Amino acid sequence: MDAAAIISILDATLRLSTPLLLACLAGLYSERAGVFDIGLEGKMLAAAFGAGAVAAVTGSAWLGLLAGIGVSVATALLQGAAAISLKGNQLIAGVAINMLAAGLCTFLGQQWFHQGGRTPALGPNGRFSTIDLPFAHELSGIPILGPIYAELISGHYILVYVAFIMVPVTAYVLYRTRFGLRLRAVGENPKAVDTAGISVNKLRYQAVIITGLLCGLAGAYFSIAQGSGFGNNMTAGKGFIALAALIFAKWKPLPAMFTCLLFGFLDAAQIRLQGARVFDIEVPVQAIQALPYVLTVVLLAGFIGKAVGPKAGGVPYTKER
Amino acid sequence: MSDTPPPIKQRPETAAASAPASGWAIELEQINKRFGAVQANKDIDLKVGRGTIHGIVGENGAGKSTLMSILYGFYTADSGTIRVNGTRQAITDSRHALALGIGMVHQHFMLVDNFSVLENVVLGAEDSGFIRTSLDRARSELDRLEREYELEVDPDALIEEISVGQQQRVEILKALYRGAEILILDEPTGVLTPKEADDLFRVLRTLREQGKTVIMITHKLREIMAITDAVSVMRQGEMVATLKTAETNAGEIAELMVGRHVLLDVSKGPATPGEKRLEVKDLVVKDDMGITRVKSISFSVRAGEIVGIAGVSGNGQSELLEAVTGMRDQHGGQVILNGQALSLKGDDGAARARMAGLAHVPEDRQRMGLVTDFSEWENAILGYSTRPEYGAGPILDIAAAKAKAAEQIERFDVRPADINLKTALFSGGNQQKIVLAREMDRDPEVLVVGQPTRGVDIGAIEFIHNQIIKMRDAGKAILLVSVELDEIRSLADRILVMFDGQIVGEADPATATEGQLGLMMAGVVEERSTT
Amino acid sequence: MSALKPLPRWADVALLPLLNLSLAILVSGLVVLMIGQNPFMAIWAVITGAFGSGYNIGYTLYYATNFVFTGLAVALAAHGGLFNIGGNGQAYVAGLGVILVALALQDTHWLIVAPAALVAAAVFGGAWAFIPGYLQAKRGSHVVITTIMFNFIASALMIYMLNRVLKPAGVSGPESAMIAESGRMPKLGSFFAPFNYTPVNISIFIAMLALVGAYILIWHTKFGYALRVMGQNPTAARYAGISNSRMIIITMTLSGALAGLVAFNEVLGVQNRLVLDFVADAGFVGIAVALMGRNHPFGIGLAALLFGALYQGGNELQYVISGLDRTVVVIIQALVILFTGAMEGLFRPGLQRSFMLFSPEQKAEAVAVSTVKTEN
Repeated sequence: MDAAAIISILDATLRLSTPLLLACLAGLYSERAGVFDIGLEGKMLAAAFGAGAVAAVTGSAWLGLLAGIGVSVATALLQGAAAISLKGNQLIAGVAINMLAAGLCTFLGQQWFHQGGRTPALGPNGRFSTIDLPFAHELSGIPILGPIYAELISGHYILVYVAFIMVPVTAYVLYRTRFGLRLRAVGENPKAVDTAGISVNKLRYQAVIITGLLCGLAGAYFSIAQGSGFGNNMTAGKGFIALAALIFAKWKPLPAMFTCLLFGFLDAAQIRLQGARVFDIEVPVQAIQALPYVLTVVLLAGFIGKAVGPKAGGVPYTKER
Repeated sequence: MSDTPPPIKQRPETAAASAPASGWAIELEQINKRFGAVQANKDIDLKVGRGTIHGIVGENGAGKSTLMSILYGFYTADSGTIRVNGTRQAITDSRHALALGIGMVHQHFMLVDNFSVLENVVLGAEDSGFIRTSLDRARSELDRLEREYELEVDPDALIEEISVGQQQRVEILKALYRGAEILILDEPTGVLTPKEADDLFRVLRTLREQGKTVIMITHKLREIMAITDAVSVMRQGEMVATLKTAETNAGEIAELMVGRHVLLDVSKGPATPGEKRLEVKDLVVKDDMGITRVKSISFSVRAGEIVGIAGVSGNGQSELLEAVTGMRDQHGGQVILNGQALSLKGDDGAARARMAGLAHVPEDRQRMGLVTDFSEWENAILGYSTRPEYGAGPILDIAAAKAKAAEQIERFDVRPADINLKTALFSGGNQQKIVLAREMDRDPEVLVVGQPTRGVDIGAIEFIHNQIIKMRDAGKAILLVSVELDEIRSLADRILVMFDGQIVGEADPATATEGQLGLMMAGVVEERSTT
Repeated sequence: MSALKPLPRWADVALLPLLNLSLAILVSGLVVLMIGQNPFMAIWAVITGAFGSGYNIGYTLYYATNFVFTGLAVALAAHGGLFNIGGNGQAYVAGLGVILVALALQDTHWLIVAPAALVAAAVFGGAWAFIPGYLQAKRGSHVVITTIMFNFIASALMIYMLNRVLKPAGVSGPESAMIAESGRMPKLGSFFAPFNYTPVNISIFIAMLALVGAYILIWHTKFGYALRVMGQNPTAARYAGISNSRMIIITMTLSGALAGLVAFNEVLGVQNRLVLDFVADAGFVGIAVALMGRNHPFGIGLAALLFGALYQGGNELQYVISGLDRTVVVIIQALVILFTGAMEGLFRPGLQRSFMLFSPEQKAEAVAVSTVKTEN
């Protein structure tokens, strides 16, 4: 494999890990606050549809992004109402959200655009274009670093940069701010937070809204950055890979980034690895596709380290009155 | 269903009616709080002098914690008035209480385990949106508080890494950091070693010297006598008396708490111990955190005797009980039943213990001994459902189960006598009878009983005690664990005292004084005898 | 806490699910209204589409068969306090078992093929759930996450098997060879003319047996008793000597076996070969069915029939009202899960309060409820 091929694989890795990373960080906020979220997929899908539909109608990628975020936050609030206020089963709420998003997106897409659930293909303004970082062209001549800067780091959609900037931002929020302190506390011992005079439910709603926001970015990335318009089931289970990555990263921001890059790399490499042989045995593509899930199961089983989630996760907080 | 105690005819004069020189920190008037049909607090009046240590005593369920939760804004009273430093207040939530200078140290600590001490102190009392400055300020403030009150604790240690006593200090520091002038402590010594309790008392005295007001909820009379200036006694949701500690004694308080003479008069003849039924050899048990809680214990229980294990709760009794009954894996040693070593490892160890003839009345019946969502008859077969009497094959013989349940209900006078009623709907005493009936019904060789009368109505206590004595007289070996020293003294034929995971002494209930036992429970060994 | 009395049993098992279903249909109706169609027409179209003729009923029953299996799978696990969200994967992998057995025995007789395939479906489905069960019991990995992961792993595995192993020469799509005529299970249409040309087959009797069997298992056996103890209170289960780890493994395996029977219906009864994604999310419908049926076999039977009708009626919808199709049913199904499973708090307190108002004898019981309430 030559340098150009390596750069191209890594380039694809960045592109493919972006929605994973956004969704993974999204999940991190609510799960750290004690709300299990298996509805990342549904929120992303809803956002992808919302962004695709509005971008198609208005011709503006930014309005599309806004709509995607709006739809995703609204979905997150519905899920939050069930899981926080009504003290319902958080897992079942997630399942319902995934199913609802799948049904509604297809249904409304078909009703509004009559293209079998797809939204119309977007024009140049309807989707984000890639950004060339300053001096990318000028520096590309420098050996090794030049191409890395020009081709790997430069030339991505804005959401790619947003995703990776969100990693230090999340780490900072989590470990350096009052909100982060309380967020982490509410996922571990909500009663301690309550007796300190802080509203548990309010905190959890805030977390869930951030989750919706980030899922909105992730979903919009599918339909108005990477793709040009919404297609049926276009998130294709990425929300669950993001969930796996979250567990694999033990609910921490920086490991989340590395895990998403790893899973993104596996995704990027599988196309190249088609027909590759290890010890003279052909590696099926499906094995690589299944690898993130298998790795997560292995980790969960405690064979490589131990993933223990926030202690109060999954349990609605009931204040005795 | 509830058993009313004999009413106390005259209500003792409420002492300290006139305001102390420093004034009242807290004045509660006619506080009422009802949970459904239960009146948890009824017309409560309470005045706490500023700069004093005020004890509130009462049995489990007397309404102490409810009252304090109202003061701390965790519950809202149905009616009544609260005055803090003379000003009437409607305390709506704990934030409000904190603002009024009321801090609370809960029985179960409100700490985040994987946070540092500093982070826990700061949580909810941050200065700004960014915690760096708060943490810095808290660090110097803690430094000051630690010096002032001798509350040493490492600010950077994680909660999960420090001892229970230190965790309690963190709770106190949390309250002081928030500017608490009035500190409420709910059963603060329940989880402490005697040494830690002494340290706590020293801190409390220092607090009083600095002009802080301390309210301490407890059911331990010794502590009341040792540290408080005044004491209020609650019984069944009512405030029965407030007395100056210097003008009363433990006997009087105890009598007020129960509404009758506290010395439990259990009529029992002398024991006639037979063969060794249950032997525990070099037993080592660890808790869920991997901490060794039972440190190589050996003892035996003979047929026809009751061996009582006394001790401050949290000294390994629960783990001992769970290991002996197969609820928890042992990490060393042997449990021998009728000369045969029991294999109790694995999560079905309890089944093997039962098969070998060991019955178990657990400490926490709601969490362990019952499935509260099940009907009575379904609970009457818990632990025995696989027995042939309930069907030979895989099919459960429901008719047989119901018949057996009805029989048990009748024999133990469970009320209401309805085998189809959900167990959650029975009172505490009747729930305990359901468990006892089930466990005693199979005529076990060994009966292990934990906290037999915790949260049980007075009337049922006597019944339960008599049943245990009857078992003994029938030649069964009984191991009794209770944190109620009076219960141990009146039931047991031999008392083993546990401290810090070890048996530190043995005593004869007929001759040992409360003082001697207390010293042993505090880890001061006078005599060591092996069994 | 104010003592709200538990609802009377009939309200709990019938009224509440019906209220939730009505709300789900109401919301879906609003969606239909929003796009300018008449929701009542849509409902009528679904009803006639599901029950209008023998042909329609045949299809309804065929769908219902699948949903009985997956609904029971979810319910059985739920009684043990486990959430098996992996019905899809378990049914999918079970398809492998069915096709292998069926292709091996296809030249004998369907009376030999069917029992063997039934066992294979249960074994393969059970095995796929055994692993998450084992990992939960012995390693503490959360069964929900593991079963989700296993759905995706199953999908990758089956794509590989279909593309590389089972695909006969000369076939372009990812599917197995057809089962020979002699090995195919007869459809009900061959005995009962109105069901002609419909996929409903002998599996429906297996589904009925499974319903009865599950009822007996849960409420009339020692195993079922232990299962319910574990589901209600795992600590009490350990106290009773019931091995939680063994129960988790057995329960998950049984649950997976039930889900696996979907493959028996689909592969042996309908498709006569293994195709991509034949499960079509029946596993997730099972969650709705179990919730709606209150985890009781009788309720599950009714709920499976309801969802079978919705699926079949939804299929017919597109021929009656332009623009409407089965995705409406997916929306209803999602809302049912949302309302019954995650938003129980929506109706229950209000309903409890109104029941308190109407019945005088409640007071006595309310007293009984609260006497257990002790301090702390």
